[in-house]
Amino acid sequence: MATARGKAATTAAPGKPSRKIRILVGKPGLDGHDRGAKIIARALRDAGVEVIYTGLHQTPEMIVNAAAQEDVDGIGLSILSGAHNYLFPKVLDLLKEKKMGNVVVFGGGIIPDDDIPKLVKRGVDRVFTPGTAIQEIVDYVNGRIQPRR
Amino acid sequence: MSVPVKDILSGNVRAAARLMRDLDDEIPAAIRTIKSLYRHTGRAYILGVTGAPGAGKSTLVNRITSLLRSRGKTVGIAAIDPTSPYSGGAILGDRIRMQQHALDEGVFIKSLATRGHLGGLSRSTIDIVNVMDAMGKDVIIIETVGVGQDEVEIVKVAHTNLVVVVPGLGDDIQAIKAGILEIADIFVVNKADREGAEKTQREIETMVSMGEYGEGEWKPSVLSTVAATDTGTGELLEEVERHRAYVFQESRIASYRREKARVELLEILKARLIEKAVKDLTRHGLLEPILEDMARKRKDPYSIAEKVADHSFAFRLLHGKKPPAAGGKGDGR
Repeated sequence: MATARGKAATTAAPGKPSRKIRILVGKPGLDGHDRGAKIIARALRDAGVEVIYTGLHQTPEMIVNAAAQEDVDGIGLSILSGAHNYLFPKVLDLLKEKKMGNVVVFGGGIIPDDDIPKLVKRGVDRVFTPGTAIQEIVDYVNGRIQPRR
Repeated sequence: MSVPVKDILSGNVRAAARLMRDLDDEIPAAIRTIKSLYRHTGRAYILGVTGAPGAGKSTLVNRITSLLRSRGKTVGIAAIDPTSPYSGGAILGDRIRMQQHALDEGVFIKSLATRGHLGGLSRSTIDIVNVMDAMGKDVIIIETVGVGQDEVEIVKVAHTNLVVVVPGLGDDIQAIKAGILEIADIFVVNKADREGAEKTQREIETMVSMGEYGEGEWKPSVLSTVAATDTGTGELLEEVERHRAYVFQESRIASYRREKARVELLEILKARLIEKAVKDLTRHGLLEPILEDMARKRKDPYSIAEKVADHSFAFRLLHGKKPPAAGGKGDGR
């Protein structure tokens, strides 16, 4: 696994404002395989991101509630169950409902190529499929997601 | 953009979350907001939960929260996990064990990273607790980062401190060491279904009995739980309630509040004075030459710090500004 040790390290002096990217990594739905999500969480940590990891079997409501309380900049969802066409839009709708439409939603998992354009059209910012290099995801997060101003 | 005070007081989740993040990130506008919030704090009961990594703190907090909710209390949770010293990033995973409260509007969970702060808390923890307090949460639980022996900052913040230990982590010498074992109001021997639990409990009880306690003084109690199966947690909450009643006695609570005021002031003062000193030195072009001189061993940091501390900047702060009237009389020194 590629680690980016020290890459985005911010050691701010006391009293100096320092925004850090905060990302929620969650696993909605019923599948119990969280290895991928954990690897992503770790890689993002190594890139200087604060990752809120919520664990398995989350409903979209739970994820969005946690995202609201934690004031995150982005939500990364790992879905291997095949329910992505339901779960992603549901999360996006709930975010909109809570006026959190600016939170970037991305994800990965076992998602057929045909479904990806539909999900993107629906508002998912980026979908990663198996085989993606970890660094690609880290670069995406660092490049695309800005900490809230 | 600053967060309106009234939104916090009315318990607005989004507003509170934004403010908490801004405080954690040390955004100046957030400091302005918390100034006006301060007089609305002091109503919540604050429970500290500390202990070694893997002792079961999160699971215990989860159970305690359920019990408090069943009694109609609203709960705020500040859960702290470590920041990576290499990348500055963090994985905040305390929520994993608290999923059952994810949809409960009476529970607000904030995950915090230490961001290099030592002592078991994040630098922002007191501020975050103040926001939850102003939101009207009845009980605020602070779960420290997994600690070793000396991370005892929680003792200055919480009304009641739980120290969670697990069987088999060390012999009885560990139990008489100073530090974390001294700060407990209640010891929780968690994972008590494991081998050695009774021995651990006995050792702690022996240690406690070696202390001297005056008339009416709280003597730390030792309870066993298996948080994973919710065993012993009801009894634990009863004991917590007993300690709360002890702390909130007329004669005690005033001194607690003053002590907390002192901690708050000193923490903020420390940060501000350092900030101001560094800024002053930098502005006058002194900092870099001083560092250069130190590197060449022509100056020593002790003398420089003395000079900086004697400088009048510390006193300028106090001129023309009245200390904030927080409603209390006789505020420390």
